Amino acid sequence: MIQIIVFLPLLAAIVAGLANRSIGNVPAKVLTTGALFVSCALSWPIFMAFMSGSESAYVQPVMMWVRSGGFDFDWALRVDTLTAVMLVVITSVSALVHLYSWGYMDEDPDQPRFFAYLSLFTFAMLMLVTADNLVQMFFGWEGVGLASYLLIGFWFRKPSASAAAIKAFVVNRVGDLGFMLGIFGVFLVFGTVSIPEILAAAPDQAGSSIGFLGMRVDTMSLLCILLFIGAMGKSAQLGLHTWLPDAMEGPTPVSALIHAATMVTAGVFMVCRLSPLFETSQFALNFVTIVGATTAIFAATIGLVQTDIKRVIAYSTCSQLGYMFFAAGVGAYGAAMFHLFTHAFFKALLFLGAGSVIHAMHHEQDMRFYGGLRKQIPVTFWGMMAGTLAITGVGIVGLGGFAGFYSKDAIIEVAFAADAPYAGYAWFMGVSAALLTSFYSWRLMFLTFWGKPRWADSEHIQHALHGHHNDVDHATHAHEEAAADNPPAQEDAGSAPRAHAADAEQLPDGTGGYHPHESPLSMLIPLIVLSVGAVFAGFVFHNFFVEPETAGAFWQGSLAFNEPLMHAMHEVPTWVKWSSTAAMLLGLLVAALMYLRETDAPRQVAENLSPLYKLLLNKWYFDELYTLIFVRPAFWFGRVFWKGGDKGVIDRFGPDGVANVVRSSSGLAVRFQSGYLYSYALVMLLGLVGLVTWVMVR
Amino acid sequence: MSDIGFPILSLLLAVPLVGAAVCLFVGAGTARLVALLATLINFVIGIVLWASYDPAGAQWQFVERADIFGPFSYALGIDGIALMLIMLTVFLMPICIGASWNAIAKRVPEYMSAFLFMETLVIGVFAAQDIFLFYIFFEAGLIPMYLIIGIWGGQDRIYAAYKFFLYTLLGSVLMLIAILWMVRAAGTAAIPELMVYDFAPQAQTWLWLAFFASFAVKMPMWPVHTWLPDAHVQAPTAGSVILAGVLLKLGGYGMLRFSLPMFPEASAQFMWLIFGLSMVAVVYTSLVALVQQDMKKLIAYSSVAHMAIVTVGLFAFNQQGLEGSIILMLSHGLVSGALFLCVGVIYDRLHTREISRYGGLSINMPTYAVFFLLFTMASIGLPGTSGFVGEFLALAGTYQASTWAALICTTGIILGAAYSLYLYRRVAFGEQKNSDAAAMSDLSMRELWLLAPLAGAALWMGIYPESFLQPIRRDVSMIVERIDRAKPASDSQLVENVGWTERFRTVREEHHENTAAGGAH
Repeated sequence: MIQIIVFLPLLAAIVAGLANRSIGNVPAKVLTTGALFVSCALSWPIFMAFMSGSESAYVQPVMMWVRSGGFDFDWALRVDTLTAVMLVVITSVSALVHLYSWGYMDEDPDQPRFFAYLSLFTFAMLMLVTADNLVQMFFGWEGVGLASYLLIGFWFRKPSASAAAIKAFVVNRVGDLGFMLGIFGVFLVFGTVSIPEILAAAPDQAGSSIGFLGMRVDTMSLLCILLFIGAMGKSAQLGLHTWLPDAMEGPTPVSALIHAATMVTAGVFMVCRLSPLFETSQFALNFVTIVGATTAIFAATIGLVQTDIKRVIAYSTCSQLGYMFFAAGVGAYGAAMFHLFTHAFFKALLFLGAGSVIHAMHHEQDMRFYGGLRKQIPVTFWGMMAGTLAITGVGIVGLGGFAGFYSKDAIIEVAFAADAPYAGYAWFMGVSAALLTSFYSWRLMFLTFWGKPRWADSEHIQHALHGHHNDVDHATHAHEEAAADNPPAQEDAGSAPRAHAADAEQLPDGTGGYHPHESPLSMLIPLIVLSVGAVFAGFVFHNFFVEPETAGAFWQGSLAFNEPLMHAMHEVPTWVKWSSTAAMLLGLLVAALMYLRETDAPRQVAENLSPLYKLLLNKWYFDELYTLIFVRPAFWFGRVFWKGGDKGVIDRFGPDGVANVVRSSSGLAVRFQSGYLYSYALVMLLGLVGLVTWVMVR
Repeated sequence: MSDIGFPILSLLLAVPLVGAAVCLFVGAGTARLVALLATLINFVIGIVLWASYDPAGAQWQFVERADIFGPFSYALGIDGIALMLIMLTVFLMPICIGASWNAIAKRVPEYMSAFLFMETLVIGVFAAQDIFLFYIFFEAGLIPMYLIIGIWGGQDRIYAAYKFFLYTLLGSVLMLIAILWMVRAAGTAAIPELMVYDFAPQAQTWLWLAFFASFAVKMPMWPVHTWLPDAHVQAPTAGSVILAGVLLKLGGYGMLRFSLPMFPEASAQFMWLIFGLSMVAVVYTSLVALVQQDMKKLIAYSSVAHMAIVTVGLFAFNQQGLEGSIILMLSHGLVSGALFLCVGVIYDRLHTREISRYGGLSINMPTYAVFFLLFTMASIGLPGTSGFVGEFLALAGTYQASTWAALICTTGIILGAAYSLYLYRRVAFGEQKNSDAAAMSDLSMRELWLLAPLAGAALWMGIYPESFLQPIRRDVSMIVERIDRAKPASDSQLVENVGWTERFRTVREEHHENTAAGGAH
C-alpha cells in the first residue's frame, strides 16, 4: 500500500509531464489530481492505525541502490508514526492544492506541466519522509529542491521568477553542503547510513572526539550541526532564509504546498527523525534552540511591515518554523511535530486564501490596494479568518481553541518548563514573536477585508478595468511596475485612498468600478476543508502528539519523546499559560487600533521610527549583504581567474610563451600555423617509438 | 584465456579500423552509413563483451597475446574497470556519428575515417596489456583528435590544436622515458605484472612524476587545463562529445592503472599535491565557468571542476573514493557529452555559441528544454542521476582521507548549481529576445534519438548503479588492498572517549571517588 501512496504521484507526474500538451489539460489534471486523492485516501488509514496503536513500524524494501565497500544504501520505504504524520500532511495538502489549482491555474496555457511538477514534488517529499537511510532522505531532499526550483520558476518568462528559482536552489545547496558532509561524517563514525542503526549506535559515541579541519571536536556535536545546516537551508532558518520570500514568485498553490505546509518543514522532520542523535549533543541542541528562537522573532519583525500579502505569509512561515526548531531544541520533539502538523493546515489555508484574494483582485498582491473585501468574497474571508484565528492561537486556557492555540502554546510552555540552557531565551522570543504574529496576521486581515476599498490605484485592477487582458501573460506581468510608482517606503495602507489626480475615472469609493468575484468551487472546497483542519486539528489530535500519558504510545519511539518534559509543560504557572494569549490579544488590539481606528497611525509610526522601519522593510539588508560578500566577489573572482589567471599567467607563460620563443628564435611560426604541426607530431612520435623498440631489441 | 573462445577484443579493434579504411574509398553518403554501421556493430560486440564478462572470474579476461619482438607484444585483456570504459566508448561512438550526420559537410569520408580510427585507438588504450602497446594507443589516439579539431574545427582551430599538441607532448616524452626505465627495471612490459611489481620508493617518486605529467594534462588538472576550453570551443560537436566523453577519461584511467598500483608510496607522498591542485581546480574553474559567455567554454570549465573531484576521489585511498571516481568518470562521459550535444543542437540552428543570443527556448523548444534540464541536473549531481552517485561516493571517500579536501571540493556542488542553472536560465528561461532564436524548431527525430539513450543511461546509473559498480568492485578493492600499505594518515580520525567531555567525566568521577572515599573515613 505504501508503494502505491509513494509511486502513484510519480507515475502521474511522468505521464502528465511527458505527454504534456498532447493529452490536453483535463486528462493531465484528472490524472494527477486523481492520483493524489488516491494517495491521500490510502494515507489516512495508516495514520489512523498508528493512532489506534494497531500498527507498528515497518520497512518496505524497494530496490538495491548503492553498494560501495560498506557504504551501502537501498531504496526502501519506512513507515512509522512519524512517517504516518507526514504522510497525511503531505498527501492531504497536496491533494487539496491539486484541486485548488484547477481553478487558480485555469487560464494558464501550461497546465499539464504545472500539475506534473506538483505531483513530482509530492513524490519527492514522500520519498524524503519514508527514507530509511540518510541518502534516500537526501534524495528526497534534493528532489523537493528540484521541484521547488521548477515551480518557483514556473512562469519562467518573468526574470524575477527565474532569478528566485536559482536563488532557492543555490541557497538550499549551501545547506546541502552541510547535509552531505554530515552524511560522510556519519558514515565515517558509524560505518552505516541506515537511520535506525545510527540512532541505536549514537549514545555510544557520545563523548568521543573526531578530527575536522585540523581541529579536534566532539563527534556528535559536529555531526548534528552539519546535518542541522542542511535543515536550516531547507527550512529557511536565519542566515539561509533569504530564498523563501523570493520563492513567492511561484504560483500561489505552490507557495501553499511547498513553501508553507510540506517542503520547508523537512528540516524539522529531519531533526525529529534524528532526535536520538541530537539528544547526544547538548551543544547541538543549544544551537538548534538559538537558531530557531532567533528566526522566530527575526522573521516576525520583517513580517510586520511587508505589503505583499504572500510575503507577509512567507515571513510568517519562516517564523513558525523557528518555533518548531526551538521546540525540538529544548527536547519537545512531539510539540515540534504537532506544530508542524497544525501549521500545515492553517498555513496552507492562509496561502490558498491569499491566492483566492489575489485571484479576486486580478493578480494584485499588494495589500495597500485591497480593503473592504469582506462582503465581496465571503467564503475566502471566513477561510482566512479561520486561518488567522488558528495561527494567532486564539483560545481559552482550560477550555480549548483553534489549532495554533494547542500547538504554539504547547511550544511556548514547554520552552518555559524545559531546563535546557537556552530555553529561557527561547521562551521569551516565543512569546514576543507570538505578539508580533498576532499583529501582522490581523494587520493582513484588516488591510484586506476591512476598511474602504483602495483598489483603484492598482495597476492590475486598472488593467482589468481597461480590458488590457493579455490572457497568456497575465501572470508573468511584472509586479515591479506596480511597486515602482507606489513608493513602498510609505506605509499608508490603512488610510484613505490617495488622490490620484491623473486618473479621472477614479470613483470616490476607491473601487474604481471594479467588482471582485468569489473564486470557483474548486478553489473554495480546499479552503473549507482546510478551515475545518485549522479549527479542529489542535483539539482532536493534541492527545496523540503532546499529552504525556498518551503521546508516548502514539510515537512508539519514532522520535525521542520526553515524557517528564511534557509533564513539566503542564505544570507551568498559570501566568505562563496565559502569556501567549495575552500576547495574542495585545497584538490584535494594536493592529485593530492602527488599521481600523487610527488609520493614519501606521504612517506616523513609520516616519517616527524611520531607521527601524527601513531596516525591517529591507529585510535587515540580508540580500544586499549577501550580494556584497558572496555574489559580486564570485563573479569578480571568476573574471580575474579567467582573464588574469588562465589567459594572463598560464597561457602567457605556457603555450603562448613557448610559441613566442619558437617564433622569435627560428621563424618556424609559419609552419606551426600552416597545419604541418600534425605531421611533426606524428613523425616525432613514430621516431620515438622506433627508438624505443631499437633500444629494447638491442 | 578468452571466455568465449574468440578474440573479441581484437574484433572490437578491427571493426572500426576496417570501417575507417573503407570510409576513405567511398563517397560522403556511404561513409556516413559505413561509420554508423561500424560503430553500431561495435556497440553490439560491446554488449556481448559485457554480458560474457564474469565479475567473479579471473582478474583479466578475454586475454589475447602475440609476441612481436623483445619484450614488446600484442597483448590484450580487460578487467572490470577497462570494461566499463570500453562500454562508454562504444556507447558514445554511434551517437557521435549521428551528431555529425548533417553538421559535417566537408571531407566527410576523411572525418568518418578519423572518428573510427580514434575509436580503435581509444578501445586499444583500455584493452592493452602491454605497456608499449598502451603507450602507442595512448599517444596515437590524440592524432585523430588533432585532425578533427584542426580540419573540421571553428575559426581558431589551428591555435587550439597547437595548444592541445604542445601540452600533451611534454607529458608524453616524460612518460615514455619512465616506461623505458620501468621495463628495464622490472624485466617485463606486461601491465598485470608491473601492477604487482614493487619499485624502490625513490624510483617511484620520479616515475610517478613522469606519468603524472602526462595524466595531469589529459585529465586535465589545474593549471595545465587551458587547452581544454579552446579545444572544445573549436572542435565540432561530435569532437567535443568524444573529447569530454572519452579522451578526458584517459588520464583518470592512467592513474588507476599505473600511478596508484605501480607506485603506491609515491602516490601517498604526492597525495597532497593532487588534493591541493584539485581543491584549487574546483573553486577556480567553477568561478571561471560562472562568467563565461560561450556555452562550450562554460561546459569545458565545468568539466575541469568535475575531473578535479575524480582526482581527489582516486587519491583518497579507499573503496568509496575510487569507485565514486570511476562512476563519476562514466557519468561525466555521458552527461557532459550530452551537454555538448545539447549545445550542438542549437548551434546547428543558429551557428553561435554566444549564450546571450538565446533565451526563452522553453517556449519554442519544450522537448529540448526538458533534456537540457535533465542533463544540467545530472551535471550538478542531483540524486537519482548518475552524477550524484559518482560525486557522492568520491566525496565520501575524500572525507575519510581529508576533511579539508572534502569541504573545499564539496563547495563544488554549490558553485556547480550556480553556473549550471545560470546557464540554463539564460538559455531556456526568460523572454524570447531574438526572433531567430525564437523561430528555432524543437528537436528533430534524429536529435531525439541521440539524446534519449544518454538520458536513459544517466538515469539508469543514478537509480540502479549496481550494474556499473558490480563489474569494477573486485578490481577496485584489489587496488585499494595494494595501496593500503602506503595509506596516509587521515585528519578525520575518530578517537573514542578521549574528547574533552570524557576528560571532564573522568575528572568528575575521580572527584566522586574521592568524596566517596572521604565519606568512608
